[in-house]
Amino acid sequence: MKIVMQNFGKYILMLTVILTRPKKWSIFFKRLFNEISSIGVNSIPIVVLMSTFIGGVIALQTASNMSNPLLPRYTVGYITQSSTILEFSPTIISLILAGKVGSNIASEIGTMRVTEQIDALEIMGVNSLNFLVLPKIVAAVLFFPILVIISMFLSITGGWLALILSDLSTTDTYVLGIRYSFIPYHIVYALTKTIVFGFIIVSVASFYGYYVKGGSLEVGRSSTQAVVISSVFILIANFLLTQMMLL
Amino acid sequence: MIEVKNINKSFSENQVLFDINACFEKGKVNLIIGQSGQGKSVLAKCMVGLHEVDSGEVLYEGRDFTKMNRQHRSEIRQEIGMLFQGAALFDSMTVEENVMFPLTMFTKMTRGEMTKRADYCLEHVNLVGRNKLYPSECSGGMQKRVGIARSIAMNPKFLFCDEPNSGLDPQTSILIDGLIEQLTSELNMTTVVITHDMNSVMEIGDSIIFIYQGKKWWEGNRESIITTDNQEISNFVYASDFMKEIRSSMQEKRR
Repeated sequence: MKIVMQNFGKYILMLTVILTRPKKWSIFFKRLFNEISSIGVNSIPIVVLMSTFIGGVIALQTASNMSNPLLPRYTVGYITQSSTILEFSPTIISLILAGKVGSNIASEIGTMRVTEQIDALEIMGVNSLNFLVLPKIVAAVLFFPILVIISMFLSITGGWLALILSDLSTTDTYVLGIRYSFIPYHIVYALTKTIVFGFIIVSVASFYGYYVKGGSLEVGRSSTQAVVISSVFILIANFLLTQMMLL
Repeated sequence: MIEVKNINKSFSENQVLFDINACFEKGKVNLIIGQSGQGKSVLAKCMVGLHEVDSGEVLYEGRDFTKMNRQHRSEIRQEIGMLFQGAALFDSMTVEENVMFPLTMFTKMTRGEMTKRADYCLEHVNLVGRNKLYPSECSGGMQKRVGIARSIAMNPKFLFCDEPNSGLDPQTSILIDGLIEQLTSELNMTTVVITHDMNSVMEIGDSIIFIYQGKKWWEGNRESIITTDNQEISNFVYASDFMKEIRSSMQEKRR
C-alpha cells in the first residue's frame, strides 16, 4: 500500500512538471505533429480493422438473439448503435490503444532513460518531462477522439454490412434502428471518456518509462506494467465517468 | 572553476560519498579516478544535479548549484556540456540534428547559423561530411566524437566526460583524449573527466583526484601519481602485470 501511495504521489508530481509552458512553442508544435502521426495516424489501421469486424459481430449476435416476434426488427440497429457509442468505441478501442500506444511510449521513454538520453536532456537544461511527454499527451487528447469517431462510424457500418450480407435486415430497418432514440449527449459522453482515457494511457505509460531503472529487461517489464496499470485505470475511470455523466 | 564542498550522498541506508572536497580548475583537464563502484560517477552526477546531494555545496564560479531551483539550474546547465559513457545521442536525430539540438532549444539562431555552428563543431572532432548519418550508422568512436561536438555546441564553460574511452580501442581512446585536452585549452573550459583508464590518466591528467570507498583518498597530477607511496593508489595504478613490470624497472633505475 505504501508503494502504491508513493507511486501515486510521484505520478502527481510528474504531472506538475509535465503540464508547464513549453520552452519553445515552435519545437513543441513540431513534436506535436510528429506525435499525432506516430500515436494517432499510425493507429488508424488497427482501429479500422477492429471496429469494422466487432461492429459486424455485435449486429450479428444481437440479430441472432432477436427471435421474439414482439421485438421490432429495428432493435438490432438500435442496440448496435448504443453499444458502439456508449462502450465499444470509447472504452474497448481505448483498451486496444493502451496496448499499442502505451507499450510503445513506455519502451521509447524507457530506452531513452537507460541509454542516458534523458540525462543528456536534463544536463542541457531541458525540462525532459515537458519536452518528451507533453506533446504525446496533447496528441492523444486531440487525436483519440477522432479515432473514436472513425471507430463509431465503421462499427455501425460493419454492423450494416454484416446484416445485409447475411440477409438478416434491410438498410431501411437498420437505419431506422440507428436513428431510433438517438441521444446526441451520448456522443459527448463517449468523447469525454476518450479524452480522459487518452490522458491516462499516455501519462501512465510515460510514468513507467521515465522512472525505469536498469536495462532492457526492466524496460520490457515497465512496458508491460504500463499497459496493465493504464488498462485498470481506464476501467476505473470508465465506471466513475459513467456514474457522473449518465446517471 | 568548480568547487565541491563537503559533499555527502546516500542511497537509502547506503552512504556512497563521504565529505568530499575538491576544486576543479579552469583551463585544465581535471580527472576523477578510482575503481568501479567507489563513487566517482555518483560524484559527477551530484555535481551536475542528476543526483541530489544529502549535504554540501557545488559551486560553479561561486554560484551554489545545490540550492538553486529548476529555473536557475537550467540557466547554469546551459553553460555545461557533458559527454556520456554511451554518448547518449538522440536515436531519432541525425548527427547534425544532435549537434544542433541545444542551439534550437536555447538560442535564436537561424537555421543557417545553426548549420554553420554544427559544421564548425563537427570539424573540431574530425567528422566533416558526416552530418546526415544517424547514430546507429556511426561507430562507437564516431558516436563519442558526435557527443563531444554536441557538448561544445553551446560554447560551454564546463565540460564533463563520463568514461570517455570506455568500449574504445587504444588508438581511438588516444584520439578522444587528445580532443578533450585540445578543446579544454582552446575554449578555456573547466573539464572534469571520470575515468579508470590509466592511459588517459597519463595523457591528460593535469589534476587528479582519487576516490576510494566514497572518500577523496588522494590528490595530485600525472607526475605525482607514479611516485606516490599511497598503497591504495599504487594498487590502482599498478593493477596490471605490465604496469608492475614498469614499476620494477623504474625502481631498479632509481637504485
